[in-house]
Amino acid sequence: MHPIRRQRLIIVLLVVAGAASAVGLTAYAMRSNINLFHPPADFAAGEVHVGQKIRAGGMVVKGSVQRDPNSLKVAFVITDYKANVTVEYTGILPDLFAEGQGVVAAGSVDEKGVFQATEVLAKHDEKYMPPEIKDTLGKPVSTAAN
Amino acid sequence: MWSFFHKLGSPRWFYQISGKFLPWLAIIAAVALVTGAVWGLLYAPQDFRQGNSFRIIYIHVPASAVAMAGYMVMASAGAISLIWRMKVAEMVLKCAAPIGAALTFLALVTGSIWGRPTWGTWWVWDARVTSVLVLFFLYMSIIALYEAFENKQAATKACAVLSLVGVVNIPIIYYSVNWWFSLHQPATLKIVGETTMPSSMLRPLLIMIFGFYVFYALALLLHVRSEILYRERTTQWVRDLLMSRKART
Repeated sequence: MHPIRRQRLIIVLLVVAGAASAVGLTAYAMRSNINLFHPPADFAAGEVHVGQKIRAGGMVVKGSVQRDPNSLKVAFVITDYKANVTVEYTGILPDLFAEGQGVVAAGSVDEKGVFQATEVLAKHDEKYMPPEIKDTLGKPVSTAAN
Repeated sequence: MWSFFHKLGSPRWFYQISGKFLPWLAIIAAVALVTGAVWGLLYAPQDFRQGNSFRIIYIHVPASAVAMAGYMVMASAGAISLIWRMKVAEMVLKCAAPIGAALTFLALVTGSIWGRPTWGTWWVWDARVTSVLVLFFLYMSIIALYEAFENKQAATKACAVLSLVGVVNIPIIYYSVNWWFSLHQPATLKIVGETTMPSSMLRPLLIMIFGFYVFYALALLLHVRSEILYRERTTQWVRDLLMSRKART
């Protein structure tokens, strides 16, 4: 390779490497802000303060959803299999909200340690399946999903 | 290999060779996109949880994949134009930006439409969505930067450097769903590891992705060819070409 071209190639590689390390260090320093939500383990570790506006995310514990028959109030427990957080919300839940599924709730923790959500979003996973295949998978899966 | 690489640097040779590919690319893209869209939107099974709303995957995933791959095409052209000062690479750098911007816009819009019924929101500032928005801004800033310079040599150089710096964003987009907690789900199609989709849904998706790639190649070639004619408009071969076209009609 021609020496001038080799020099330019080295400069190009240095530009890419320099940009990568700058962005990498920034992203590492800001990792807690880049995370969209806090898992319940952060609540248990005392990293979340009362009244602080944050998002909490986790799996809805099976059998934990309690709906108020007279209003849109709903309470459920989310877990990351290390700790649990109780969430209270008044409003319409997204269609994909279900027990055993992921959710992200925005709001804050009250004095009793209950997460008062102002918004609940459903998180779906990357697995797609036609309904008939899911049915033929048999009972264990369908009871697990419901 | 090197003689091919050097020939590629000749706009005239590139124009002649690419003209032979155009009809084939157009036919393959049309067949793949029509087949994939009809199969995916009408005949592929519903998802057990999302129902029919998951079908937007047949536009969303191909648009996102080609928007990212297109950025790598543009940045590679930028690197080649900086190192070898190859004319055709300079034109590819310039012409890839609006196509990539359009695909990224399509990915953002379809993602937003998909997010409303599934997540329950049009928009969320999670790592994946935000990094794709950054990709859109990168494409737009390359278009703006090129137009901002009076001297097109300086414009090309500045755009090449910006496109190389922006390469950092591509692995961030790809791994954002694994590195950070996000609302966006992890990848269904993985480079390594099992695909979490049955073949009845996967086949039309792969056809659509292929169709989008071929369509991208076609759009880029058409754009580069018109750029070649514009930049070489004072040369003899372009004049001869235009005269022969005129004589035929």
